[in-house]
Amino acid sequence: MVNKSLFKFIVNKFLRMIILLTTLCALTFSLVSHSPIDPVQAYIGADMMKVSHAQREKIEEYWGLNQPPIERFERWGKNLLHGDLGNSMIFRRPVIQVIGERFWASIVLMGLAWVISGLLGFIMGIVSGMQRGKWLGRLIKWYCLTLASTPTFWLGLVLLIVFSVWLKWLPIGLGVPAGVLSADVTLGDRITHLILPAMTLSIVGVANIALHTRQKMIDVMASDYILFARARGESGLQLLFRHGLRNVALPAITLQFASFSELFGGAVLAEQVFSYPGLGQATVQAGLRGDLPLLLGLVLFSAVFVFFGNLTADLIYRVVDPRLKEAGDTV
Amino acid sequence: MNQLNHALSLEEKPRKIIRFNRRQSTLITILSGLALLTAIIAASFLMSDEAIKTHFEARNLSPSWQHFFGTDWLGRDMFTRTVKGLSLSIGIGLLASTVSVIVALILGMAAATLGKTVDTLISWLVDVFMGLPHLVALILIAFALGSGAKGVIIGVACTHWPNLTRIIRAEVLQLRTSQFVQVSRHMGKSRIWIAVQHLLPHLLPQFFVGLVLLFPHAILHEASITFLGFGLSPHQPAIGVILSESMNYLSVGMWWLAFFPGLSLLVVVRVFDMVGDNLRLMFDPHSAHE
Repeated sequence: MVNKSLFKFIVNKFLRMIILLTTLCALTFSLVSHSPIDPVQAYIGADMMKVSHAQREKIEEYWGLNQPPIERFERWGKNLLHGDLGNSMIFRRPVIQVIGERFWASIVLMGLAWVISGLLGFIMGIVSGMQRGKWLGRLIKWYCLTLASTPTFWLGLVLLIVFSVWLKWLPIGLGVPAGVLSADVTLGDRITHLILPAMTLSIVGVANIALHTRQKMIDVMASDYILFARARGESGLQLLFRHGLRNVALPAITLQFASFSELFGGAVLAEQVFSYPGLGQATVQAGLRGDLPLLLGLVLFSAVFVFFGNLTADLIYRVVDPRLKEAGDTV
Repeated sequence: MNQLNHALSLEEKPRKIIRFNRRQSTLITILSGLALLTAIIAASFLMSDEAIKTHFEARNLSPSWQHFFGTDWLGRDMFTRTVKGLSLSIGIGLLASTVSVIVALILGMAAATLGKTVDTLISWLVDVFMGLPHLVALILIAFALGSGAKGVIIGVACTHWPNLTRIIRAEVLQLRTSQFVQVSRHMGKSRIWIAVQHLLPHLLPQFFVGLVLLFPHAILHEASITFLGFGLSPHQPAIGVILSESMNYLSVGMWWLAFFPGLSLLVVVRVFDMVGDNLRLMFDPHSAHE
């Protein structure tokens, strides 16, 4: 019974995603095809003067730019259904390959930051919720509110100044050392290049979840069952582990899954600061240099990424929270 | 005599410490926040462009009393550039949040009052916009409009409404079931009349608080997108431009190029956030009497 309604729920969600992606494709494509940025010029750059008119037409024909937008969209959509996103203009390789390769670099970065910021934020939220009004609680709240106003890229720059320029502990940027063959790159190299971007993302990501958990914790601490528990003589950590933790953990976990959108945005900025070769950097490159197929592919990818985050959040709520089960399957 | 004076001043001391109640301190926070922001805008108009022209004799200076934030590799005064950049950010933020709030108000009210089809359509639009990471949406719009100030402004203005639309829609749905609206409807008032006379007054506080609370987001997004290289030209003093330029000079130890402008941006955003939060506390009936 429960399984059946859950199945229906998931199918329903996926149908919605397909419609959403279709709308997004059409919207994105129409937006992008009206762009005044000339892909040929963006691709060639300063050497544009050296390209003759005939050469230009050939390039346009090669990329299929001479056809009307509707036809191009049709062709793109058909290829998309076959799993072909076209070829990236700046990397000169299939978009799928570029995304796949950079996906791993990005997922390591985002995953690390996601876990660290989630745990840290959760703990900070609980502490500041329980210590509300005391200096520690206030300090954490003030710190989180300030973090929420901090530009991600500026934080990255500050970390770069401190750890790379002053202390010289960590490399300045890039995913691997410069001037080293890719076969010679060790795991250690990769890790040292990962630390700063991951740190930037984790520090910024803490704010949201900590403030949310804090509010929940305050609500929980004001509840009748906590009052009763206190009357029985429970206090401190025992009170937290027996009564507080479970009630606060669920919203925190779902919030963390629902924050994929901000995570991706933060990754774009952090990757740009540290020239980390991930999806975010590719998005910026594609946008700046007019690489339509790559940009479209990345837009779709990020939408799917956000969708799965939200879906997981919804699923956790449905499966774990007993209150929603009893309320029946109204979606 | 001296002793008497001393005693008097002692007696007066407790009186001098004015204790504000919550409402007063909230008001003071709001007013001082607004004063700071006005000061920045005024300063940027008063400051001459002389300081941000190229001065080769004053290149790469670290912060001093003459140049608070130091100078860059062209001898431009970073303090002046920062202030001008901030006022540009505030301007774009103001425009963007005004547009967003108006769009949100119209769409939110339309979704809740104009029947099911409109509601589905608008909720759908909100879902589409929220399904994409905000920064990616901004890049997309900036790209579609051609890089330049226009792309940035329109991008930031057109992507901040979905959240507020949801809130306003929920609010209107709740208001519609209230008794005074029901009574009006049974007395034969038109939908528009109810919307203007009954719903709008209740939404105005939401409108203003939403306006101020959108500000920080708008400013941060504007700075981010300029930092990434979309939009404003290198000559314009925008914080994002300043920071992305500074990246080339960080490794030679010119930390002040990035540190101070970013910090000022942080302070401005934080001040807006504080003003917005305090406004909400004042308007919200649940917390107004605390």
